[in-house]
Amino acid sequence: MAKYKMHVLVCGGTGCKASQSAQIVENLKAALADNGLQDEVQVVTTGCFGFCEKGPIVKMMPDNTFYTQVKPEDARTIVEEHIIKGRKVTNLLYTDPETNEHVSDSKHMGFYKKQIRIALRNCGFIDPENIEESISRGGYEALGKCLTEMKPEDVIQEIKLSGLRGRGGGGFPTGVKWEIASKNHADQKYVVCNADEGDPGAFMDRSIMEGDPHCIIEAMAICGYAIGATKGLVYIRAEYPLAIDRLQIAIKQAREYGLLGQNIMGSGFDFDIELRYGAGAFVCGEETALIHSMEGQRGEPTFKPPFPAVSGYLGKPTNVNNVETFANIPVIITKGAEWFNKIGTEKSKGTKVFALAGQINNVGLIEVPMGITLREVIYEIGGGIKDGKEFKAVQTGGPSGGCLTKKHLDTPIDYDNLIAAGSMMGSGGMVVMDETSCMVSIAKFYLEFTCEESCGKCTPCRVGNKRLCEMLTKISKGNGTMEDLYELRNLAAVIKDTALCGLGQTSPNPVLSTLDNFWDEYVEHVVDKKCRAGVCKSLMSYEIDQSKCVGCTACARNCPVSAIKGDKKMPHTIDTAVCIKCGACIERCKFGAISIK
Amino acid sequence: MTKVKSLADLKAMREQFQSNLDVREKSNNQEEMVQIKVAMGTCGIASGAKQIMEYMMEKADGMKIRAVFIQTGCMGHCNAEPTIEVIVPGREPVVFGLVNNKKADEIFEKYIVNNEMVDGVIAINNEVADK
Repeated sequence: MAKYKMHVLVCGGTGCKASQSAQIVENLKAALADNGLQDEVQVVTTGCFGFCEKGPIVKMMPDNTFYTQVKPEDARTIVEEHIIKGRKVTNLLYTDPETNEHVSDSKHMGFYKKQIRIALRNCGFIDPENIEESISRGGYEALGKCLTEMKPEDVIQEIKLSGLRGRGGGGFPTGVKWEIASKNHADQKYVVCNADEGDPGAFMDRSIMEGDPHCIIEAMAICGYAIGATKGLVYIRAEYPLAIDRLQIAIKQAREYGLLGQNIMGSGFDFDIELRYGAGAFVCGEETALIHSMEGQRGEPTFKPPFPAVSGYLGKPTNVNNVETFANIPVIITKGAEWFNKIGTEKSKGTKVFALAGQINNVGLIEVPMGITLREVIYEIGGGIKDGKEFKAVQTGGPSGGCLTKKHLDTPIDYDNLIAAGSMMGSGGMVVMDETSCMVSIAKFYLEFTCEESCGKCTPCRVGNKRLCEMLTKISKGNGTMEDLYELRNLAAVIKDTALCGLGQTSPNPVLSTLDNFWDEYVEHVVDKKCRAGVCKSLMSYEIDQSKCVGCTACARNCPVSAIKGDKKMPHTIDTAVCIKCGACIERCKFGAISIK
Repeated sequence: MTKVKSLADLKAMREQFQSNLDVREKSNNQEEMVQIKVAMGTCGIASGAKQIMEYMMEKADGMKIRAVFIQTGCMGHCNAEPTIEVIVPGREPVVFGLVNNKKADEIFEKYIVNNEMVDGVIAINNEVADK
């Protein structure tokens, strides 16, 4: 086989695929073939590069040129200009928003500068559908090391020493979890990978499975060896077809290479993995509910103890870890706990993958060391708030988390600091909000989500959250009273104390943290009947400034409910009783005469 | 396909596959290795830049020198094609003209390994105007 002089990496993550990255690959290959370069340049479909904001991404190697927002028709230009003539296609390069200069090497982009990639080490670098590329990056060597050079208790000890904590949100020490499972004796034990990523706006686990599925397989086998399990199950939601596809391909390849199955690497250790599909219920991310769902039961949680480590899948000892937790395992084994230990803060070691979303310039997937501040994440990596607006809050931890505000910008991010600040790490969703977000509406949004996703088994969660949601609706409609605000807090506390599982116990967090951090805004809604962000429609009214209106009739013609009246060339007026506050008039007015009061 | 029967097997397999990813691995830390930019304008290609690049890639492999090869556009020295720019970490970039296999051998054996200057230098420190 000819040795390729150049590699062209094209992002094949779900986001970039949706923007026709598969077509870009086709076009690149066709253009290369037309120029007789198919043996000199290799086109590779990889996993997510993380810079989803500017996808689809095409990266040229070895000169490390990073092309953004590439369209299928640009493929030929890239081949003819960059590959044949050696000239960079400048209009596809990333432009630094501050200096307005083109940046061709991704290493110099603010987005990548502060990142440390451990869990995402192979994402955007290898072809996830080719086990050879994984092996050449050291894939399965950690498993080999465990099987040939380490005893199961050594493996557990190493993970304990590393200080790795569960990346699904809870932050329970992974090594301790493994140890408990290893001490429970049974004829059959199970390793479960929790890939039921359900937080709105989170896509960390999906990207890891799409970009580097082999690292999950390897880590599950290592876990199996450590706790004495021979069967692994991946519980993955059916909404992740690409991740499912790539995992299946990876499992098949691993079996063919003898890296799954019987007598792995001649060690006498057997391990195999099957997939189990979830129907996308949020509560099934809770480990007891997840196990019931895998057993074919209703996806409802049960009281702990007994913990899954004692009685889990089919009543056997089961160890459940999240995808990202597993992704860290092989690196810890290869590089050692001590190496891992040096990254992060005292009680939170290593890195965390976050999905940046919301009103931020660089939406995407990032991996940063624990202890980094929110300010660094939002302004340096995230590139600041969209359209130069002002930062208001960032929601972390999804429906179980809370909102952090300006005063938290310099708090180092780790498990304990986030809990102290009234939020939580969660699985890693980070939704950034600017001044146009109404905090009452945000709390309501998450409560609506939990109401829909509550399994209904326990009363505090089923009824309590519903009541919370009703009170928030009442407030956002302008009918709230101060008593409602106090009642919100009381009820939230009761739900936290009495709900059965993690979902219920954390569901009032969005309400509590917004009450704590944005009390003034709640009071404004209740007392002044105002929504400063202009989101709660019932609290707004539109007004035409009589001195600015020239009577062009543009607003009246575009009002869908004919709420605007007035004669030609005479100032118009809005009938607020009819107005539905859709904003069509503001968009049409060329004179800035219409405002929201 | 052969099954992996031991850790040694796996490591051997890694060795075997690794060269396929070499181009990518190198691109992540170019600054630490010898960078050789080959001018691939029409003039360069017509004068044999492609063949010389291939020859040098084999030469680097043979001498176990970690080098990264980058194609660039015409460097403007069309009279002295094939032209290459060599950047050894810690040294200023040097541009060599009229490079043939013999010259390439010299560049590798004398300049890169021993920092001994060889004939055929066009310009030292080829500054770029748009910086």
